[in-house]
Amino acid sequence: MNLDIRYPIGFLFLVIGAILVVYGLVSGPEIYAAHSLGVNINLGWGIVQIVFGAIMVGLAKAGAGKE
Amino acid sequence: MHSIIQFGRIDYLIVGVYFLFVLGIGWALKSSMKSGGEFLTSARSIPGWVAGLAFLSANLGAQEVIGMAASGAKYGIMTSHFYWVGAIPAMVFLGVFMMPFYYGSKARSVPEYLKLRFDEKTRGFNAFSFAVMTIFSSGISMYAMAKLMGLLLGWGFGNSILISGAIVLVYILLGGLTSAIYNEVLQFFMIVFGFAPLVFLGLKDVGGWTGLKEKLLGYSASQGYAPGAWTEAWSHLSHPSQNPLGVEWFGMVMGLGFVLSFGYWCTDFLVVQRALAAKTMTAARRTPLIAAIPKMLFPFLVILPGMIAIALTYQATKGATGGFSLPPKNGSYDYDLVIPYMLGHYFPTGMLGLGMTALMASFMSGMAGNVTAFNTVFTYDIYESYIAKGKSDDHYLHVARLTTVVGILLSVAAAYLANSFNNIMDVLQLVFAFVNAPLFATFLLGMFWKRATGHGAFWGLFLGTVAAAAHHGLTVPAGAMSLIKGGWLGAHLHTYPSEMAQNFWTAIWAFSTCFVATTLISLATTSQKTDAQLRGLVWSLTPHEDKSEGDAPWWKRIAPFGALVIALTIVLNVIFW
Repeated sequence: MNLDIRYPIGFLFLVIGAILVVYGLVSGPEIYAAHSLGVNINLGWGIVQIVFGAIMVGLAKAGAGKE
Repeated sequence: MHSIIQFGRIDYLIVGVYFLFVLGIGWALKSSMKSGGEFLTSARSIPGWVAGLAFLSANLGAQEVIGMAASGAKYGIMTSHFYWVGAIPAMVFLGVFMMPFYYGSKARSVPEYLKLRFDEKTRGFNAFSFAVMTIFSSGISMYAMAKLMGLLLGWGFGNSILISGAIVLVYILLGGLTSAIYNEVLQFFMIVFGFAPLVFLGLKDVGGWTGLKEKLLGYSASQGYAPGAWTEAWSHLSHPSQNPLGVEWFGMVMGLGFVLSFGYWCTDFLVVQRALAAKTMTAARRTPLIAAIPKMLFPFLVILPGMIAIALTYQATKGATGGFSLPPKNGSYDYDLVIPYMLGHYFPTGMLGLGMTALMASFMSGMAGNVTAFNTVFTYDIYESYIAKGKSDDHYLHVARLTTVVGILLSVAAAYLANSFNNIMDVLQLVFAFVNAPLFATFLLGMFWKRATGHGAFWGLFLGTVAAAAHHGLTVPAGAMSLIKGGWLGAHLHTYPSEMAQNFWTAIWAFSTCFVATTLISLATTSQKTDAQLRGLVWSLTPHEDKSEGDAPWWKRIAPFGALVIALTIVLNVIFW
């Protein structure tokens, strides 16, 4: 199969992670106080997703090198 | 329409990005869909880990997620038995013992295996009932999604159906089974990333595991059970009256752990199809074992939210204000809204988009899984077998594509049917349960006893189905309000403490009847198959080298992997005893 599924997974989480990080940086603390117990969950979890996305893309690149 | 969740622009953006990727995967696979085999079976090209996650994900429809969270609230940690007693041992059995025959037989579907092992009528019985069942399951998925999106976001019923149907149609038409499998993997990660923060925030709110336990002790006592009934999985199983599930350990282990779980995980083509798409025998056997590792951790993702929800709701009834609370329904709570309400409560705009996307993704992959299984069974087991034999591969590829369109249209019709007559769906689901209940006995005898014959298998299945229906028609669960719950044959021979207990025992009766009937009828009839024909289909007639894995080091072999999975599951059971 000519599509390594790790690329779309990786890029999807890079994009969603980036959206959440940016929104987490510009949004005020009120929405976090109202919902997520004061935790800026968009920023924190966005960063986790960016790291995960980067690992997936990295693995796909390493896999492609082997073949 | 009034909506419960306030969906912002960022949330819609995340939904949009996800669906672009879903359609993009279909588009990228378009050029490799050149034959019926590539479209319907992925031409056996999928790596083991991808097949494994898809295997897990195909079962992880939204109804499963929502239902498990609901059960977590209703029954507490005993819900984990669906995973740690039910699913995992069955998945290990499939990978270690059954997969060599499924994969080695070169059958393209579960009904086709029945044809190779037994005869045409057994295949036909299974193929037709399965085809009807997948269409209705896909329709129910669509209906449930449209209902929920209407309630939460205020979307119109018709719009939800149109959008979900169109997206699933496009990505399957473009990329076939491979597209469905790849999107299931994507959905797996969406569920994990969408729900893990929910568990984190919920646990933080309730005061960690200790805080949760303490509140559930109080709740359990308030419901008239021993304090640990919501937080201890095994300690309250010596009598049905001791736990909210209303079962005792034997009915639970035999009914759920053995009959229902092995019946589903080892014979349902929807999941088995994912393993059959794997690229080698070893990858196919590893598929359910790889799936078992995340599967054993899923209770923390889907059951724990339910337990947190009921603990917080209990706290609210005792006077805590402003916190999370479940909506009431018929003197109890609307348990099906655990996940949607928690998403709305704990997630701000942004994460809310991710959480809702995860939910929508699982509804759609539930539909797609059913549609791809329907495709294959219809094309190979019905069309090729009974309508047009021996046509070119190109011909079957066209039929398969057309079947996809028809399958989705039928699902839409089923969704509208469910919307107008809710009872029809309940009745149908009941009938499917009767048909499925005895299946595992047929496979067990077929794979491990070479004397089992086609007549034995067919009549065993038939009688097992009748036994399931008869048991359900003659017994009732306590407090049954309608005939759909049982007792429709007039007499009430036994009253079960709960619906769950009745389900488990219906399965036990169906399995036992099918097992005994198949054995007796097989002994009274002669097999139509020679030993040579059964090579690779039955344990004792399959040469050892076909089952072995060459000289792979022990940690790469299937049996030690399976043993490790079982050992980890036992540890989990002991921790939450």
